[in-house]
Amino acid sequence: MSESSVIQVSNLKKVYGKTVAVDNVSFEVKKGEIFGFLGPNGAGKTTTIRMLTGVILPDEGEAKILGIDIKEDPISVKKIMGVVPEVCNVYVDLSSWDNMILTGKIYGVKRKEREEKAEELLKKFGLWERKDEKTRKFSKGMKQRLILAMSLIHEPKILFLDEPTSGLDVQSTRMIRKIIEELRLKGKTIFLTTHNIEEANLLCDRIAIINKGKIVAIDSPEKLKSTFKRMQSVEVAFDRIPEDIRWLHSIPYVNECKKLGDKFRVYTKDPDSLIKELVNFAEKNNLKFISLNTLGPSLEDVFVALTEKVEAKYHE
Amino acid sequence: MSKLHTKRTFLYTLKASLVITEKNARIYYLKAPVIIFGILFPVFFFLAFALGKKVIPFILVPGLVAMTLFFTSSSVGPLITPWERNAKTYERLLASPVSLSSILLGDMLAGVIFGVIISSIPLTIGILFFNAKFFHPLFLAGNIVLSSLCFSSLGVLLASPAAEAPSQVMMLSSLVRFPLIFISGIFIPLDKLPFWGKVIAFISPLTYTVDAMKYSLYDLKSYPAFINILALLFFSFVFFSIALKMHRKNLIKVL
Repeated sequence: MSESSVIQVSNLKKVYGKTVAVDNVSFEVKKGEIFGFLGPNGAGKTTTIRMLTGVILPDEGEAKILGIDIKEDPISVKKIMGVVPEVCNVYVDLSSWDNMILTGKIYGVKRKEREEKAEELLKKFGLWERKDEKTRKFSKGMKQRLILAMSLIHEPKILFLDEPTSGLDVQSTRMIRKIIEELRLKGKTIFLTTHNIEEANLLCDRIAIINKGKIVAIDSPEKLKSTFKRMQSVEVAFDRIPEDIRWLHSIPYVNECKKLGDKFRVYTKDPDSLIKELVNFAEKNNLKFISLNTLGPSLEDVFVALTEKVEAKYHE
Repeated sequence: MSKLHTKRTFLYTLKASLVITEKNARIYYLKAPVIIFGILFPVFFFLAFALGKKVIPFILVPGLVAMTLFFTSSSVGPLITPWERNAKTYERLLASPVSLSSILLGDMLAGVIFGVIISSIPLTIGILFFNAKFFHPLFLAGNIVLSSLCFSSLGVLLASPAAEAPSQVMMLSSLVRFPLIFISGIFIPLDKLPFWGKVIAFISPLTYTVDAMKYSLYDLKSYPAFINILALLFFSFVFFSIALKMHRKNLIKVL
């Protein structure tokens, strides 16, 4: 394990009855990194995050946060992390100010400090004007902003965010993403689970993809994409749609072809040769190009390919 | 881990328990189920039995104070955990730097404070209007605190099943609590109970509260005073230990 790692996980395992929810998972998260944790529903993301945040105990394996074993000293570990669980809420019978102060007290933040920090965070998250209102009437986006603000009141070194923007309006989503970016600039380490692959692509330095309780890939988004060269594609649109599109499949180098509205996406290992063939075809058929783009595999393509591969293996 | 670190962690978690107690008091004392099951229900229930009959102060006052203590202290605990699960605030609390035992201790203390405050009302009425006296004031104070500790531990235990709706837990807690008031010497003195009744009364913690209350306020008793104290301590310990185990066991089912 490297010294710059702030989260060190080795052979973590959790079993519920006969189901292995997390199966010998190992990874490291480096200081200042935004580490994405992606997987389909039921893949083991939330169970992993619950073990790392000390909500549940692992059956096997070890998880260290800044060198402290979560099983041995959970209180010390929890003090240095901020957590936004997937399913959580604020106390709706309390105001946003009281929610902040309560959290500060639980984390042992001194009175003056917690009041200053509560004010600063409520202002930053656009909630200061309604600080004395009970949060019962807050929208989901406002509650989620407040939850994130509460998780920051004790200046945590590491943040665990489980689906922080799930189901939120555009403004709240943008605000939360912007704040995550700012936190990265401040050197915080962020462990982020999300269903939104584009969000992971935009925010994360590295991504782990988990499926059926096992990690199937860990790397930076771009490196993950580059390992799937066969998923490169050319997107082409002509001024009229050719009557017979079977020719596309006859061109060498074509792995797969999809019609998307008025255009075609052709997957290939060799975009250069494919473009030349497309130009020949257009000339022969007197077609004009409206657009021609080469595309690398999206992170979503990589995610689907990896999870489907495990799915197929699982069903063998 | 060093002794100093352990001591600091202990003090920190104790402080966290008090913060949780404060939170519980602010949020849950005025919730309808607590008011109904904790205050109104025992008062009306007692009046229904006592009205129209000849008032015997040494039965009425200790019974009413004990029953108030019993219902109020044990009404807060069963509400908190299911309410928090339902409101989705439970997991964040578990992820904060407090242990499950600190959370439950905070829940228990909320019940203790609620019980002590509310039971002072029938106690005052008894002293002002029904000739009750502070025969053993220190013992009375100890009895009130220990009894509320015992009953709030029972409340925390009753909150342990993996139910998400508070109504389910309140129903279960009523099912457990109501039979106890008939077998604990509140309406029928212990010496008038049949043999089997005395045996059952022996395993009810409320019996010891009622008996200790009679001793404190009218200098009457069925058991030696120290037995009452020991029994309440024993039940508090047993209820809290089982509660902790059950909450831990059911934790994953309710997340």
